[in-house]
Amino acid sequence: MRIVADTTRCVGAGQCVLSEPSVFDQDEEDGTVLVLVERPAEGGLDGVREAVGTCPSQALSLTED
Amino acid sequence: MTSDQPTVTLPVPRTCPFSPPAEYERMRENSPVSRVGLPGGRTAWALTRHEDVRAMLADPRFSADRTRPGFPVLAEGQQQLAARFKLSLISMDPPEHGPARRAVVGEFTVKRMAALRPRIQQIVDEHVDALLAGPRPADLVRSLSLPVPSLVICELLGVPYADHDFFQSRSARLLRRTEPVASREQARDELRTYLDALVTQKEKDPSDDLLGRQVLKQRETGRGDHEDLVSLAVLLLIAGHETTANMISLGTLALLEHPGERSRLGEDPDAMPEAVEELLRYFSIVDAVTSRVATEDVEIGGVLIRAGEGVVGLGNSANHDPGVFSRPGELDIGRGDRHHVAFGFGAHQCLGQNLARMELEMVFETLFRRVPGLRLAAPVDELPFKDDSNIYGLYELPVTW
Repeated sequence: MRIVADTTRCVGAGQCVLSEPSVFDQDEEDGTVLVLVERPAEGGLDGVREAVGTCPSQALSLTED
Repeated sequence: MTSDQPTVTLPVPRTCPFSPPAEYERMRENSPVSRVGLPGGRTAWALTRHEDVRAMLADPRFSADRTRPGFPVLAEGQQQLAARFKLSLISMDPPEHGPARRAVVGEFTVKRMAALRPRIQQIVDEHVDALLAGPRPADLVRSLSLPVPSLVICELLGVPYADHDFFQSRSARLLRRTEPVASREQARDELRTYLDALVTQKEKDPSDDLLGRQVLKQRETGRGDHEDLVSLAVLLLIAGHETTANMISLGTLALLEHPGERSRLGEDPDAMPEAVEELLRYFSIVDAVTSRVATEDVEIGGVLIRAGEGVVGLGNSANHDPGVFSRPGELDIGRGDRHHVAFGFGAHQCLGQNLARMELEMVFETLFRRVPGLRLAAPVDELPFKDDSNIYGLYELPVTW
């Protein structure tokens, strides 16, 4: 599974960092999402799914490729 | 099933301080997207389901501009209060909103907030010291709930805390729906004049604080002007202390009233972040700030909302939707669900949410650790709840130990 982050939609709420700090961070200047691990291991996907579900601007998705 | 004849008028008072109004449950079951009356005789749509509130708040066809005709007005004079000055972030739409939010949201990242932790702990400790050294009973609102977030936002923004009596009283008046419009306008003008002078000072000599850094950023990017910065300062100063202060009071009260939950928390300090999320969901203190006006015809929850019609996303109802939160009326600090809309949803979701989370965690942890005998000094049904304010909370919370 690969994380797709649309930084043009991101509003820097930081919900993803709360969900999975080992996978997400925020740009220091404008707060937008930084994906640290594009393909997280299967075991770490729960936090990533929570991040996708709580993202207020719906900027995150998971794809199968 | 929907009806054009509203049977409910917003805002609906809470009859129990720990529950949403009973009308919300009836609306959610019978007519989840329904016409409601507004003060002054106008009407709007009210959304009561979690799914619909989130869908509406994430949909760019709904405008957050409080000055637009049709925007739901929940207190007399609200539009007149929003007009005349440049809109703040809370009222901006695309394309202005995105760049304006990005210019400031870097100040509120999770990491930036974590870096404030030692200073906030010091502020909390000093106030708990003073509480313990002072007379019993004490009013927790005055001794802890209000001063802690107020001091924190002042230091972050670069506003002199010595002026706190001035801006706290103006903020409270501005938010009180029952306050005459002229008095609310005066409070707004005085607050604005005060912050206008402060921003002017920072423009002459940019200090190392949020407002000073925004001055430098404006110069660097060429985006935004003096009026934008004053509007931002007004918004952040009010939002930064009123909301968190009320959650400190209500959260403390809820934990005192639910000793089982409180002892669960005492046994496992790591449970605090989840407990804070649950308290935010449970009280949903900014129930109707998530209002919008449709700019096009949009279908929400199977109901056609026409362009120009106002919509109120009732956060307190969404956060008690049993389809999303099982046994929603129960305070369960281990619920572990951050899907609530207590901070709103969509592009306008609370800018300071991670500051609020951290302050709440640190205040509850410190207060209950250092004052283990804390208890209420008045019966719950005699406490003065803020039923007349746009932000729910407590005017006073008498405690002893």
